[in-house]
Amino acid sequence: MTLTLELQNQKERRPIVAQTVFLGAGLVLLLLAPLFFYPVFLMKILCFALFACAFNLLLGYTGLLSFGHAAFFGGAAYFTAHAVKEGGLPVEFGLLVGVAGAALLGAVIGFFAIRRQGIYFAMITLALAQMFYFFCLQAEFTHGEDGIQSVPRGHLFGFIDLSQSSNMYYFVLAVFVIGIAVIWRIINSPFGMILKSIRENETRAISLGYSVRNYKLAAFVMSAALTGLAGGLKALVFQFATLTDVGWQMSGEVILMTLLGGIGTLIGPLFGAALVVTLQNYLATSEFPVTIITGVVFMVCVLLFRRGIVGEFYNSRLGRRLGFEHRHK
Amino acid sequence: MSIAVPLENGAPRVVLSARGLRRDFGGFTAVKDVDLDVHHARVHALIGPNGAGKTTVFNLLTKFLQPTRGTITLLGEDITNTAPDKVARLGLVRSFQISAVFPHLTVLDNVRVALQRPNRLATQFWKPLSALDALNGKAEQLIRSVGLDKERNAAAADLSYGRKRVLEIATTLALDPKVLLLDEPMAGMGHEDVGMVAEIIREVARERAVLMVEHNLSVVATLCHHVTVLQRGEILAEGDYATVSEDPRVRTAYMGTEEA
Repeated sequence: MTLTLELQNQKERRPIVAQTVFLGAGLVLLLLAPLFFYPVFLMKILCFALFACAFNLLLGYTGLLSFGHAAFFGGAAYFTAHAVKEGGLPVEFGLLVGVAGAALLGAVIGFFAIRRQGIYFAMITLALAQMFYFFCLQAEFTHGEDGIQSVPRGHLFGFIDLSQSSNMYYFVLAVFVIGIAVIWRIINSPFGMILKSIRENETRAISLGYSVRNYKLAAFVMSAALTGLAGGLKALVFQFATLTDVGWQMSGEVILMTLLGGIGTLIGPLFGAALVVTLQNYLATSEFPVTIITGVVFMVCVLLFRRGIVGEFYNSRLGRRLGFEHRHK
Repeated sequence: MSIAVPLENGAPRVVLSARGLRRDFGGFTAVKDVDLDVHHARVHALIGPNGAGKTTVFNLLTKFLQPTRGTITLLGEDITNTAPDKVARLGLVRSFQISAVFPHLTVLDNVRVALQRPNRLATQFWKPLSALDALNGKAEQLIRSVGLDKERNAAAADLSYGRKRVLEIATTLALDPKVLLLDEPMAGMGHEDVGMVAEIIREVARERAVLMVEHNLSVVATLCHHVTVLQRGEILAEGDYATVSEDPRVRTAYMGTEEA
């Protein structure tokens, strides 16, 4: 009796050990990465990875496909850039302005979109995000086609000079880790459980007395706010905010990253984002047309591993032995 | 108000009633002027040939469909224009004809999801998942009561059809509803499960009202106090099983479509 119990314990402990090792190794790699790669490139990956993970909170864990997340990403970039440059706010508050703005925008867009399902939901988010795009094109503070240029990075907490790229990198990494931790907490919480049940069977969730709309709206706003964190961060990294970040192509790109990495896995979108950003960076200097290559990669991915890179790994024999298989459900 | 008068717990009284219930789909009338009274501490069967409108009546009563005409009253409250999730919160909970479980969640998690809302553990996005362990005692009791202990950690999708139905009943009971609407709870079940579910229904009906759609007439005969027969959206006959089964119109309606 005790023996079987112990065996069971060991069996349950192995995955936890394996996952801790993976997590630790990942963190060490991220800490050491600036020694081997160009920091701005790494920061770009981190921003997009956070963006994709926040997007996946909605797609992977609530089952809502938004086609308008660029509004929150690009919108927050504008808000943060404006707050820091014109308002003279320190970066940490600038980021908060971006998050708050994106959350507000998410509440408005989400309020209308969650009334419909499936393709109609996607179309409403797209339409409202496009409205926001044209607002940004016309509005005074965004400076239209020029965008907000030369945003100062300033000093974190008043004394850490963020114009130094290594300082900036660790700041971005810290924000990224906080963002991922928040997403992880939301997914693995009583609230996250209800989100999953809505994804699994919406009608049943209603018949159990859950006001599904309120839960969806809450998830939408949370996803928008975290997307805003990524957008604000990106504006600080590149020191500008432009129309490309609010365009519909950006909404498409984040879907691509999430699907490539593995929908419904916490870290899948991270890999998807890294892959897409890397491809874009390398192909930008070559003769190859970027969009065609990413399109081909996407097609291959959909045809060969439908669960995405990380999703396939979790489902492989090794992934199962390490106890990952239930994680993405 | 007369509703406020405390009644003996086991005494039958009307808890759910519908008057002149009607639902049109374009030119087709699926449910036509149905009056229905469901009593506390009674099992009420809704039977009828395929396409008689039984499931539509369920959808109307639980407000998953809006009636074209008519009124619905639950525990003295008019719910004709109430949203379905609110209806569930008021104590009218249904199961579905096609088994409704959360396929990728485990049996335990399925039951816990049902328990989360009544135990105010549904909106905390800042708490760890282990906060839900507080529900384990109650959840496991429910799982045991429907004989799913062995499948406790299996994904609901991996259960057999009959076991999924049993799980759905467990999640329905988790809400401790005042009125249960069960849509063919025994369809596709093995023999021993039918007996067990019948026993569960008999047990829960001691202090609740049960309205069930059922094709297994021997179950209806032994379990139900009251039978309503629907045909083409209209009530054909009503009464206890003996009366209804003697009714020549019911016999004609069932001939060739169902075996008694």
